[in-house]
Amino acid sequence: MEGPINKIKISLDGKTIFAPKGSTIVEAARENGIYIPTLCHFEGTDPKACCRICTVKINNRLMTSCTTPIAEGMEIESNSAELNDLRKSIVELLFVSGNHFCPTCEKSGNCELQALAYRFKMLVPRFPYSFPRKEVDASSPKIIKEQNRCIACKRCIKTIRDEKGRHYFAYKNRGQHLEVVLDPVLGAAMPDDLARKAMENCPVGSILYKEKGFDEPIGTRKYDKQPIGSEIENQS
Amino acid sequence: MPKKITIEPVTRVEGHGKVTIQLNDNHEVVDSRLHIVEFRGFERFVQGRPYWEAPVLVQRLCGICPVSHHIAAAKALDVIVGAGNGDGLTAVGEKMRRLMHYGQFFQSHVLHFFHLSSPDFLFGIDGDPAMRNIVGVAITNKALAVQGVMMRKFGQEIIKVTAGKKIHGTGAIPGGINKNLSPDERDRLLKGPDPLNADKMVEWSLSALEFFKGYHKQNRAKVDEFARFPSNHLSLVRKDGALDIYHGVLRAVDPNGKRILNDVDYHEYYNYIEEEVRSWSYMKFPYLKHLGKEKGWYRVGPLARLNTCDFIPTPLAQKEFEEFKAYTHGKPNNMSLHYHWARLIEVLHAAEVIRDLLQDPDLQNEDLVVKGEKQFEGVGVIEAPRGTLFHHYKIDENDLITMANLIVSTTNNNEPMNRSVASTARAFMNGQETITEPMMNAVEVAIRAYDPCLSCATHALGQMPLEMTLVGPDGHVLDHKIKD
Repeated sequence: MEGPINKIKISLDGKTIFAPKGSTIVEAARENGIYIPTLCHFEGTDPKACCRICTVKINNRLMTSCTTPIAEGMEIESNSAELNDLRKSIVELLFVSGNHFCPTCEKSGNCELQALAYRFKMLVPRFPYSFPRKEVDASSPKIIKEQNRCIACKRCIKTIRDEKGRHYFAYKNRGQHLEVVLDPVLGAAMPDDLARKAMENCPVGSILYKEKGFDEPIGTRKYDKQPIGSEIENQS
Repeated sequence: MPKKITIEPVTRVEGHGKVTIQLNDNHEVVDSRLHIVEFRGFERFVQGRPYWEAPVLVQRLCGICPVSHHIAAAKALDVIVGAGNGDGLTAVGEKMRRLMHYGQFFQSHVLHFFHLSSPDFLFGIDGDPAMRNIVGVAITNKALAVQGVMMRKFGQEIIKVTAGKKIHGTGAIPGGINKNLSPDERDRLLKGPDPLNADKMVEWSLSALEFFKGYHKQNRAKVDEFARFPSNHLSLVRKDGALDIYHGVLRAVDPNGKRILNDVDYHEYYNYIEEEVRSWSYMKFPYLKHLGKEKGWYRVGPLARLNTCDFIPTPLAQKEFEEFKAYTHGKPNNMSLHYHWARLIEVLHAAEVIRDLLQDPDLQNEDLVVKGEKQFEGVGVIEAPRGTLFHHYKIDENDLITMANLIVSTTNNNEPMNRSVASTARAFMNGQETITEPMMNAVEVAIRAYDPCLSCATHALGQMPLEMTLVGPDGHVLDHKIKD
């Protein structure tokens, strides 16, 4: 099959598709109406492959599709029972490693982690809950950093900066004690629009704009209307 | 030898409780206790959470009347966000909450009467336990069972359009509400096909009352004398003395009708009400401070509300109220089984209020929320189906909750429920060495009259096997039975 000019040919789940050279697998798939789940990836920023949800199989090797550029003739496996179970297990691990209580979370219905759990039909995690003791940092006048729900995706670190390029959020500690924390000095004078953006960019309910609670009725939230991924799958 | 017998079917009370009865040498009942043996502790784990989560979080302590906790918490937070002291919301804000609350009230009362209590009236306290349940009602009196199910469904539909979900919605937020009522939603509930419309609910509420009154007429002495004892009564009333379950002032009367709490501001409830802790129960014992523990306990709920209010502000319920009051010559009614009568009058009132509210154009307004100067402490009180419900929160400068105190309706009824158990135990068990099933059910009927939600009151989790132990004068266990 001859493809459009400047596009290269790959095979995704046995289907031949074309995408611009330099695209990542995630981008190529999306351009062709195929959804590969992502969580830490945020459009317009460099992918960091923190969460591994987008893992695909290329030549029998597991690779993260948000960081892997396509190559001519590449054969990729994504929507298989094995890979979807792997993704589901990652979602389950994220749930058990924090304290995620969806029923009382402001982000419920707009939460990507919850939406992925629904997509993968997660009922009960296969792993034991760790119930870690986490803090709620409410010292900023604009936002609350709810560490119980943080999945350390780095989205806030990457996207929330001031006009000088300084990061509002940063990693603290290592290993299982790793946390994303708010800079207390910058956080004390955080502009309103940036605080709202931080909440919006957070895929879970770890960054909450203060005093915004449940003003969006049930049934009107993003994933109440359509499941995650369907906006890509239904685009054709 | 002590023996343990398990009785089925499942008892018809929410929560988990245990009854112990103490006998003297002549096998006379000298003491009895309703123990609530589980613990939930929402007051503690709401601490440290952002205050706007409280209405959504705290309602999770109950699946039966979560709307009550949802609204009581929202009312307390109205104070915190500077939206007045319970009466400062926009018209749509307050009326949507009222619609939600009356819808909840309607469905909860209906559930209690039809699903949990009507089997006692249909089959008798000593009826066949296998039939004494809602399935038995459906077999014996299908129309009554269908009526109960559909009335409950209507109430739940009201909750869904106001709170977003039938159970554990999010409609009430600090300072108001997160949605109004669309004309489509209004028309569906107001003019929907039979039986799910407001007119049918009023009609069926009237027929439910007739059912109870018919039973009462035929069993007057039994109904009137069952767990009858004098008590104080407490509830919210509207400032003009009307029955109002959403907002008002606190009023209490003694067994003779004398005001012992005269329309005081509920935001200062702690000046008037104290809670006693007893070692054998996780449920506290509230009482009016100025009267002390011995004389200050009171009943709440439907019976108490009709004893404290001066009138009901809807015509059909008012007519029934007048008949109810005339029965005790205008004096407070202290007959425990009359809780059901009062409850059904309130069902009728709720149906009338819902029908009126659905026709109110304010419900389509867009100004959903008001906020003012932030406060650091708020109290919200409403009349939940089971009685007066207090929510009290304090927050810090970072918007996190530092203190929460909930006095739940069933907790308010703790002492009277114990008295009812004692009264029934004496009437049915004096001189007995063996507990029979009908005796046990009689104790349940007494507890059930209050429509207790024990899990909610004690903040405990789980089902409610009723456990009963009969102890002889030497402390020897004569009999022990569990219903689970």
